[in-house]
Amino acid sequence: MIHSLFLINASGDIFLEKHWKSVVSRSVCDYFFEAQERATEPENVPPVIPTPHHYLINVLRHRIYFVAVIQSEVPPLFVIEFLHRVVDTFQDYFGVCTEAAIKDNVVVVYELLEEMLDNGFPLATESNILKELIKPPTILRTMVNTITGSTNVGEQLPTGQLSVVPWRRTGVKYTNNEAYFDVVEEIDVIIDKSGSTITAEIQGVIDACVKLTGMPDLTLSFMNPRLLDDVSFHPCVRFKRWEAERILSFIPPDGNFRLLSYHVSSQNLVAIPVYVKHNITFREGSSQGRFDLTLGPKQTMGKAVESVLVSSQLPRGVLNANLNPSQGTYTFDPVTKLLSWDVGKINPQKLPSLKGTMNLQAGASKPDENPTINIQFKIQQMAISGLKVNRLDMYGEKYKPFKGIKYMTKAGKFQVRT
Amino acid sequence: MALRFLPLVCAGEIFELKAELNSDKKEKKKEAVKKVIASMTVGKDVSALFPDVVNCMQTDNLELKKLVYLYLMNYAKSQPDMAIMAVNTFVKDCEDPNPLIRALAVRTMGCIRVDKITEYLCEPLRKCLKDEDPYVRKTAAVCVAKLHDINAQLVEDQGFLDTLKDLISDSNPMVVANAVAALSEIAESHPNSNLLDLNPQTINKLLTALNECTEWGQIFILDCLANYTPRDDRESQSICERVTPRLSHANSAVVLSAVKVLMKFMEMLPKDLDYYGTLLKKLAPPLVTLLSAEPELQYVALRNINLIVQRRPEILKHEMKVFFVKYNDPIYVKLEKLDIMIRLASQANIAQVLAELKEYATEVDVDFVRKAVRAIGRCAIKVEQSAERCVSTLLDLIQTKVNYVVQEAIVVIKDIFRKYPNKYESVIATLCENLDSLDEPEARAAMIWIVGEYAERIDNADELLESFLEGFHDESTQVQLQLLTAIVKLFLKKPTETQELVQQVLSLATQDSDNPDLRDRGYIYWRLLSTDPVAAKEVVLAEKPLISEETDLIEPTLLEELICHIGTLASVYHKPPSAFVEGSRGVQHKRLPGSAGSGESVESPDTGSAAGVSDAPPAVILSQGDLLGDLLNLDLTPPATTGPPPPATSGMQLGAMDLLGGGLDSLPPIPLRADTPQSPQIPHQSPSPPDYSPTELGGDLGGSAAMGAGFGAPPAATAASFSAPVSGGLDDLFDLGGGVGMPMGGYSPPKTVWLPVMKGKGLEISGTFARRAGVIQMEMTLTNKAMSVMTDFAIQFNRNSFGLAPAGPLQVLTPLSPNQSIEVTLPLSTVGPVMKMDPLNNLQVAVKNNIDVFYFSCQYPINMLFVEDGKMERQVFLTTWKEIPNDSEAQFQIKDCHLSSDAASNKLQSSNIFTIAKRTVDGQDLLYQSTKLSNGIWVLAELRVQTGNPNFTVCLKCRAPEVSQYVFQSYEAMLKN
Repeated sequence: MIHSLFLINASGDIFLEKHWKSVVSRSVCDYFFEAQERATEPENVPPVIPTPHHYLINVLRHRIYFVAVIQSEVPPLFVIEFLHRVVDTFQDYFGVCTEAAIKDNVVVVYELLEEMLDNGFPLATESNILKELIKPPTILRTMVNTITGSTNVGEQLPTGQLSVVPWRRTGVKYTNNEAYFDVVEEIDVIIDKSGSTITAEIQGVIDACVKLTGMPDLTLSFMNPRLLDDVSFHPCVRFKRWEAERILSFIPPDGNFRLLSYHVSSQNLVAIPVYVKHNITFREGSSQGRFDLTLGPKQTMGKAVESVLVSSQLPRGVLNANLNPSQGTYTFDPVTKLLSWDVGKINPQKLPSLKGTMNLQAGASKPDENPTINIQFKIQQMAISGLKVNRLDMYGEKYKPFKGIKYMTKAGKFQVRT
Repeated sequence: MALRFLPLVCAGEIFELKAELNSDKKEKKKEAVKKVIASMTVGKDVSALFPDVVNCMQTDNLELKKLVYLYLMNYAKSQPDMAIMAVNTFVKDCEDPNPLIRALAVRTMGCIRVDKITEYLCEPLRKCLKDEDPYVRKTAAVCVAKLHDINAQLVEDQGFLDTLKDLISDSNPMVVANAVAALSEIAESHPNSNLLDLNPQTINKLLTALNECTEWGQIFILDCLANYTPRDDRESQSICERVTPRLSHANSAVVLSAVKVLMKFMEMLPKDLDYYGTLLKKLAPPLVTLLSAEPELQYVALRNINLIVQRRPEILKHEMKVFFVKYNDPIYVKLEKLDIMIRLASQANIAQVLAELKEYATEVDVDFVRKAVRAIGRCAIKVEQSAERCVSTLLDLIQTKVNYVVQEAIVVIKDIFRKYPNKYESVIATLCENLDSLDEPEARAAMIWIVGEYAERIDNADELLESFLEGFHDESTQVQLQLLTAIVKLFLKKPTETQELVQQVLSLATQDSDNPDLRDRGYIYWRLLSTDPVAAKEVVLAEKPLISEETDLIEPTLLEELICHIGTLASVYHKPPSAFVEGSRGVQHKRLPGSAGSGESVESPDTGSAAGVSDAPPAVILSQGDLLGDLLNLDLTPPATTGPPPPATSGMQLGAMDLLGGGLDSLPPIPLRADTPQSPQIPHQSPSPPDYSPTELGGDLGGSAAMGAGFGAPPAATAASFSAPVSGGLDDLFDLGGGVGMPMGGYSPPKTVWLPVMKGKGLEISGTFARRAGVIQMEMTLTNKAMSVMTDFAIQFNRNSFGLAPAGPLQVLTPLSPNQSIEVTLPLSTVGPVMKMDPLNNLQVAVKNNIDVFYFSCQYPINMLFVEDGKMERQVFLTTWKEIPNDSEAQFQIKDCHLSSDAASNKLQSSNIFTIAKRTVDGQDLLYQSTKLSNGIWVLAELRVQTGNPNFTVCLKCRAPEVSQYVFQSYEAMLKN
């Protein structure tokens, strides 16, 4: 199972190590550094690195490498999932997952890691349970603790740990009972030169923030559940009921959690919310190139496309760009050759455009590569797949909760080839 | 240890902390312990505070207790005597009314790896395993695994394993899951023990627990389920039905483990069953979903999908689009996606795929672009209808004149020529235009091959080849070999104009080159051409077999094994677990269960290399196979498989005929991998000269027949022409290599008397040990020198250092009459009980007959234990060599040994000591060798041989230095005999 964990910052310092079995010398990280050196970008470090006696499995989050050391055959996904859980827990506890935050709370970090794994076997990874065992540090609690002499470690066996609903603690009480659900969809698209869609798929999640007293039992039904044929559920969802009736029935964890994630594949017709007209050309023998880009909305059901950001990696030969945006601002980094244009909101009456020229090095030949355009945007109050919640009911408790559902669509990897 | 490099806490600070730790105020104490822990976590040495911190342990404050425990776990090892002080508190805590405290105590105790503490752990642990609170039981279950890691014997003696097995039937699902996890971990170090005895009842319990335990527990249970073989298709289906809901789990590891179970059990379902189709449909969406996760998850998923697609392409055949590459995917994801795209390419989607690939070929990342270009070539070979379009796409790419694109394109076009001869040769002119821009050996060699192959259609072929010849000695071996062959081809096609050229290249190759491969090939051509030009023509210009796309598929038996390991490291590396999990003793080889409904049967039970050898013909064939493979591979290619090169042993299993097939398969030079092309001369030792005389073959007709067939068949590429000359010529050809004939099979010492007549009451036993075809054998002569008949023979071994045990009964079938002797061969296994002996290779044997039981001890040469897969990769060798500390190095002298370094290397190789590299420094040959013992211990050696000096020096490095001496004895015995 998982032997050790090393945290390594961007400059290559190991700033935290934790061993769950015998101690593994930190020199094992040299193999990681070797792989890191070979990789051109920080993201390109291979996730699994073999060494003569160990395997190193790493994830890069918030500019920190979380490197797990394993010695025997352990499913790599198991390790990666666990590392994700560590990152999430840190973020949950400290608000941010940065080197500074981890160093400031190093004792809590140790307590957490000790609670999360025992001999390399996961012990308590649900944030609900962890929070019962180890209270997150807050300024207020530190003050209260110093005054009253109480501690931030739970005295009792965490109640959820062995019940049938291990994800929920008992005795939850709120004065305002509320349940909010966010349906967030990310659309991944590749569009080719001619403007036709090569692939388009949607990754959707329903994130919940549930603050309800007692043991509420919720059901959530959809107008069009048929869209959801590829889903992954939080363990609280009763799978049988979903199979039979296409209704989500569950006792929710307390607080924030991801109820469901789903995938709408390219085989369904996916609506593309924006279009791009582009003309990026270089002529043979000329040291100038033309750049012409126009954005427009389509299939947005009348909702506004906001926070639009266009970026593109221009060919290496481009020296600088002289462009003129009809709205927003653009920057061009002559070192990384990254062009980014902060467009803002798309006004359907006056389409945003970015036009001008690019200068090549004198005498350089026409670049071989064609830049790809990356687009980010947000559309509020709409799920692009068309998914809609029908109703949300609560059983098992008497009070009337406040309920809310929000929709949002974002661009995931939205790429236009030129 | 890392601590060394870090600053010590200054004395003043320690003093201050000490005072605070001994303070009366709880709060102050706790803050002090926190400070201590904080210093510890950043690597400062605070071990000096040990007694003071341990004093804080007896408290009812849980947080303080936990903090002290954290400290203890870190420092107990370095202060074992002090740690004892904590024992009482632990034992007391194990009786605490609060289950959280009980669990915490037993958990922490298990983490303290100090023998003295471990002894005290047994009693509390036993209680906790039967605790009323499931939280304590599940913690205790894990603790058994910890204890096993520290002291395996203790766990067995105390009967904890049985208690653990009972916990599989526990009422609480979490306890079940942890018991399974603990047992699985323990089982890893005991591959043959029947720890996880799975039967329908336990399976049912596991399936029930599966629905109720945490995500991590589900992974443990699913991985355990995958080891079970259902009795029939009905049971298989019912398990599948209960596992399928796991495919919708949010945790990707759960999903992949469920996929593993389903992929395995699906094998047993009849294909015409409706449920089979349903299951296939259900598998696709979760796999696709994995691809939208974070890149590192995607990578692992893609490596596994690569296997799944090879086994069951129908699952994802409509999902091509999800494998399209996004430009900001990390490179490791891009390369994997590309590989799968090609596997899924079919006539239906080839247009789309080609358009994508062409797009990728204009990207920035050089590695990726290269692989994309190669992929186009692979499409052409895989989907015949698309070949034309692929070729024109490649030509478009050549027109871009981007140097590395052009070179890759030429390499793949060569492959296309080999698949579709006489179809696309019109493009040769375009290729020739780019001749000057080629600077990579692989591309140069490919171009030379094309010129040689189509010399009759290229008017200025001789000029082209001549231009390469000028810098002959600066070319890489790959290019040199290719150039030699191409010019010989040209000569055979246009003898009149090119006589001078061919003489020039032959003399360059044979006289001015140090490379034995090149020299040998040159000599063969020379002799062929001078003795019988007609035969030469037949051989060199023979029709070539077509290449097919299968060359890059994983070998089926390996694939089956890997499917059983979906989701593991083995599946990420596409190697059988035995290949890289160090120290694991004989990992069990898993295989897919046979299908009940369809006639698809799975033959040959063993899949791994070590196991494969056991039912192989004698080792003689092995070296031939190696040689054949070596020779054939001399051509352009690094082996084209994605995994390790098809092991000779896999061919073995399928019988001798297949050996030949295997050899030819590896022949077509389709280097499709994007790896940096390894220059071919490195992995080859200069071809070892096996002796082909029939007597030496030990009458194994299968083997020699296969060889014969090999000679008869029209050889394919130039390299194959090697095997063409009649075997009479072969002998002296191979003698050019400078070696001497050697006896086949590993070295085995002569028989010695083990049990003298006096001690044996008339029975005399003499014997020796040998390793034949991967099996250790004890060869004995039993002689009856008494007056009466002897019957009822049986044999037993005492525990010994390497777990040697008889693999079968002693076969003395007829009674042994007076003055009669009988030869008995007893196969041995290495899975018996282990106990360290002194000397290490001592074996105590008891032989029984109708008269009495006799005891004797004998010593076996340690080379019996050298296994066939003991060849380390160079890189691993280098790092391991560096890693083993110098004090584990032993140096020995072997006197009076009159062998050349090559002959020595051959000799040792036949006993499974493999030469990995050879260096010559100052007239001294340095051979770097590796060997692996049956229990997984690697021994690395450096053998120094000075020409003319009969004294060799052996330098041995091993993590278990005590074996070095015995290995040396074997070296000496082998080299001197």
